[in-house]
Amino acid sequence: MSLLQITNLRTWIPTRDGIVKAVNAVDLEIEDNEKLGLIGETGCGKSILGMSITRLLQPSTKIAGEIVYKGKDLLRLNEEEMRKIRGKEIAMILQNPTTSLNPVLKVGDQIAEAIRLHQGLDKRTARKEAIEMLESVKIPLPEKRANEYPHEFSGGMKERVMIAMGLACDPSLIIADEPTKGLDITIKMQIVKLMKEVTKQRSMLFITHDLGVAAKICDNIAVMYAGELVEYAKTDEIFKKPMHPYTQGFLNSLPNMGLKPIRGLSPSLIDPPSGCRFHPRCDYAEERCKNRHPEMLIIGNGHYVRCFLYD
Amino acid sequence: MLKYLLRRFLLVFVVVLGVTVVTFSVMHFTPGDPAEMIAIGRYGEDLTQKEIEWVRTTEGLDAPIYVQYGIWLNHLLHGDLGNSLITGDPVLSEILTRVPATMELAILSMILSLLIAIPIGIIAAIKQYSIIDNFSMIGALVGVSMPNFWLGLLLILFFSVYLGWLPVCGYGGFEHIILPAITLGTGMAAITTRLTRSSMLEVLSQDYIRTARAKGLSEKLVISRHALKNAFIPVITVIGLQFGYLLEGVVIVETIFAWPGVGRLLVDSIFARDFFMIQGCVLFIVIIFAFTNLLVDISYAYLDPRIRYQRRD
Repeated sequence: MSLLQITNLRTWIPTRDGIVKAVNAVDLEIEDNEKLGLIGETGCGKSILGMSITRLLQPSTKIAGEIVYKGKDLLRLNEEEMRKIRGKEIAMILQNPTTSLNPVLKVGDQIAEAIRLHQGLDKRTARKEAIEMLESVKIPLPEKRANEYPHEFSGGMKERVMIAMGLACDPSLIIADEPTKGLDITIKMQIVKLMKEVTKQRSMLFITHDLGVAAKICDNIAVMYAGELVEYAKTDEIFKKPMHPYTQGFLNSLPNMGLKPIRGLSPSLIDPPSGCRFHPRCDYAEERCKNRHPEMLIIGNGHYVRCFLYD
Repeated sequence: MLKYLLRRFLLVFVVVLGVTVVTFSVMHFTPGDPAEMIAIGRYGEDLTQKEIEWVRTTEGLDAPIYVQYGIWLNHLLHGDLGNSLITGDPVLSEILTRVPATMELAILSMILSLLIAIPIGIIAAIKQYSIIDNFSMIGALVGVSMPNFWLGLLLILFFSVYLGWLPVCGYGGFEHIILPAITLGTGMAAITTRLTRSSMLEVLSQDYIRTARAKGLSEKLVISRHALKNAFIPVITVIGLQFGYLLEGVVIVETIFAWPGVGRLLVDSIFARDFFMIQGCVLFIVIIFAFTNLLVDISYAYLDPRIRYQRRD
């Protein structure tokens, strides 16, 4: 049995303008030790999917379906039971470390508090562990840095702190949301290397819009478009044989592939297009794409695609 | 940190010095001859020009104005604020006898307002749009809109005249301070409640609150450890500013409740045209206000490490 099995997940967020259907009928599996990349453009629902797993969204959000982690459906747990999972079993490395670290608390304390909570350690031991965590993410002078505040850290160093925080309680699954966003290329590569190292013995859901980074870290890749998965395959396969027109467009828009943008704008999640959600932007769209919603098809060797072209 | 405090302290010094210039000038630029006013205070309304001139030379009022300011400042630094034109008693000792009553009232109303405002503001934010939230916001609106003097009179009418539970006015035991403190405290509480609520709401929507929840912290810890300290930063500023409002309110409330404090002394001195006394009261109020704001700056540095470590502005 896989570590995490998501079945028919729907996350709907009520807003003033209508219900944002951010995640629609998503099925995903993460095996022990697997690194799964979840890619897609900004606003496609990938971060919401990540936060649905640990139920970190506003209380008004409706999450339906099943998220089975180690045999337990997380959506059926009460708040108290869920808290014991967060940070300890499933850790999140949230995007944007500058705003995700508390500006008025010392970095060491922010790492130590999760350790104290989940491992029941006293203050001093937890602090020592926190310093070790800082050391493990290669922050120089960890003992001194533990006593500093987030504003004294550079962007890359803050990201390392976020990673240390996520790893602090030795979680089985890490959900990393755009950990390389906004970092310059050298720092980005350092963080990628670090992520690879620290997740050797763990599973990870790696959310990103950066295909290059996903290629270096992930075993498998799921492509998300307008709240749905449109393609799923091994990482090599996605790069060698992208099948969904959206995935192809996404790859072609990379700088080293010609920098060709996909035409049109990403659709509204309140009122998504009928039929195939990608049809208004798709060069291969036919009549049926407008009316009928394509199902996920299996195209051999664990490659799935949601497109009528392969029907 | 030390540099920050030193700079703030210097600023207070500059402000107080500026205020001495202003209060001194007001005395000299108000219509009427100060020498004549002092002479009236001393010898009554029947004056000869000779008596006025005599006051002018003995009091040094014929010297250039900056020399007069220098002399006045020198006296001030030695604790000599002059004598009351009415009673002839030293201004400083008169103010000092009034300070305890004012401080008692000010501090008690401040504590009362914080005891009401902070818990209600926090609960209203946590339970946004709940019944508690709506009720407290309506209450805050009423509290902000109600003028002090009116609330004070209503309270007297109800608790003193109608129910007869509390004294109408005067100074003495604890029962005397209840109504004035409520009058002053509730108006301030209204503003602080609203601010605590909005500040708390803003902090609760920040990314680091989500990080704290992602660690598996209980809601209680998320609020007490991660939200409160951040939410208090703007609240502290306003509490400092409110101390100014409080000293202003004290003037009105002390008059209504016949409370023998500095505020009432100020009002009485204004009516009696007791200029030295007015000067003294204004200086006292300004100095208290300046030091309260120094205190606010210090608590800022305590709450926000980004300020503490700032090298320069």
